[in-house]
Amino acid sequence: MAEQVLALDGLEKRFGALKATDGVSLTLEDGEIHALIGPNGAGKSTLIHQIAGTLKPDAGSIRFLGRDIGHLGVAERARLGLGRTFQVSSLAPEFSALRNVMLAVQARQGSSFRFWRPVMRDAALTEPAMAALERVGLAGRARVPAAELSHGERRQLEIAIALALGSRAFLLDEPMAGMGPEGSKALTGFLDGLRAEAPILLVEHDMDAVFALADRISVLVYGRIIATGSVEAIRNDPAVREAYLGEPA
Amino acid sequence: MSRETAVSLAFLALLLALPFAAQALDEPFYITLATRMAILALAATGLNIALGLGGLVSFGHAAFFGIGGYAAGILATHAFNNEPLLLGLPGTNQMIVMWIVGAAVAGLVALAIGLISLRTSGVYFIMITLAFAQMIYYFAISWPAYGGEDGLSIYVRNAFPGVNTLKPMSFFLICYALLLAALALFWRLRDSRFGAALQAGRQNPVRLAAVGIAPFRIRLVAFVASGMVTAVAGALFADLNRFVSPSMLSWHMSGELIVLIILGGVGRLAGAVAGAMLYVLFEFVLGGMTEHWQLFLGLILLAVVLFARGGLIGLLAGRPRHG
Ligand SMILES: Nc1ncnc2c1ncn2[C@@H]1O[C@H](COP(=O)(O)OP(=O)(O)OP(=O)(O)O)[C@@H](O)[C@H]1O
Ligand SMILES: [Mg+2]
Repeated sequence: MAEQVLALDGLEKRFGALKATDGVSLTLEDGEIHALIGPNGAGKSTLIHQIAGTLKPDAGSIRFLGRDIGHLGVAERARLGLGRTFQVSSLAPEFSALRNVMLAVQARQGSSFRFWRPVMRDAALTEPAMAALERVGLAGRARVPAAELSHGERRQLEIAIALALGSRAFLLDEPMAGMGPEGSKALTGFLDGLRAEAPILLVEHDMDAVFALADRISVLVYGRIIATGSVEAIRNDPAVREAYLGEPA
Repeated sequence: MSRETAVSLAFLALLLALPFAAQALDEPFYITLATRMAILALAATGLNIALGLGGLVSFGHAAFFGIGGYAAGILATHAFNNEPLLLGLPGTNQMIVMWIVGAAVAGLVALAIGLISLRTSGVYFIMITLAFAQMIYYFAISWPAYGGEDGLSIYVRNAFPGVNTLKPMSFFLICYALLLAALALFWRLRDSRFGAALQAGRQNPVRLAAVGIAPFRIRLVAFVASGMVTAVAGALFADLNRFVSPSMLSWHMSGELIVLIILGGVGRLAGAVAGAMLYVLFEFVLGGMTEHWQLFLGLILLAVVLFARGGLIGLLAGRPRHG
């Protein structure tokens, strides 16, 4: 069996009366793309937030690379290799695309307490950052402030940042959203290759992409995982068809 | 040379030219005015590290300004009276020692204030920094050993090796040189890795944390550095006026520093310089016409906030470029 990179066990999160995460257990294994699908408001982003540390679960545990990371802050989890992208892009808007990625490179090198040398003349930052932008096809926009990038370009930039972090697992929250059909196709091809580098927990509404990419799919409805399985199994699962794919059983 | 560099150099050249013109015209008062500009520019450059680069709206920087001032005043008083200060250590009339002592004490106080206040943000941060500064203000008022409410006089301007500090021009040049040093520091910090993290934390702390850099420590270091620079300006201010009083610690002073950064350009290299020059000019021109000059200043500030968000530097050099 492939090695478990990430394991959630009995995760729970309430917002007032609403149970946004209701006893979720799932794993992410080396080399796989594990897709997380479910209707709007099912709690997918809430789950990503808990893994990344931006939200604290009320109960349950999160293990990453064999370690319990539940008590760690966002920055510490990122340094361990959890690279996430946000459903609504979250970038440094005044910085160029390149500088956004350079920030990740400098974080990876563990060297933010350097006070004198200009970053723009530091090839140890600019070169890896440029390489990451090239991989996602954004090199031509390197000097454009993040605020002026298109919606789709910002999603690409977020992925470039996660790449530059040297992530050991990727948590991607709807990376296809806002991309045209061409962009989605290109990104699908890219993610297909990326799983060899680090496994991907992929939240996505684009079913073509999910069915093309996923090794396993988990279906989240009202905070609960109602099914986990291969693409075939999920496509044919009557409960899933009813709850999510919108067809009567 | 970028447009902003040119504009920055122009302001610095103007500030340098002012006392020389005053000397040529035999108007020594204008040398004092230029010195006041340079000192306030230095204080605000310190604040600009926290406020401009880090987005930390400290409403308590008068604390550091005043600590610098009192460091100078207390050391000079002990030297003058020939009384030992602490643990048998003597006072001094050497400016350099005062700057170092003032900066060191302000750095420690900034560390303490920062450890607590940087756990909050937004309005809470503003209020907590204000509260700490007010505590120090009331402490100075109620502490009789160094003049309490009446303040403390410095009878002879303090000394600098090889310079006759009693000459207004010499003292101006000392202040100007320190301003240049602080601007160099600001500039290198801004473009460094540390500056990248600090500015990213202002733009989007969630993003900074998501790449693995916790904003807190970055901000704490910036806050301490910021307070230390402002303290050096406070020591010079005490020497300029030959007087220190609790008013240096008051919230008016904190507000003044913020105001002149907004006038000049938040986060811009020469923002504090342009702002201080404009502010002292207003104070002098409008203050000569009406004692309600701060009302007019308020209106001008409103206009800047509404119509020229980048302040004077933004107006002249456009938006900042981050590379
Ligand atoms: N901070 C919050 N406070 C209160 N309720 C929240 C909060 N965040 C999310 N919720 C609620 O929790 C539920 C799950 O939201 P979440 O964003 O995780 O859904 P999602 O599956 O990502 O949906 P979508 O597909 O629309 O992105 C929703 O009902 C949402 O309104
Ligand atoms: Mg979501």
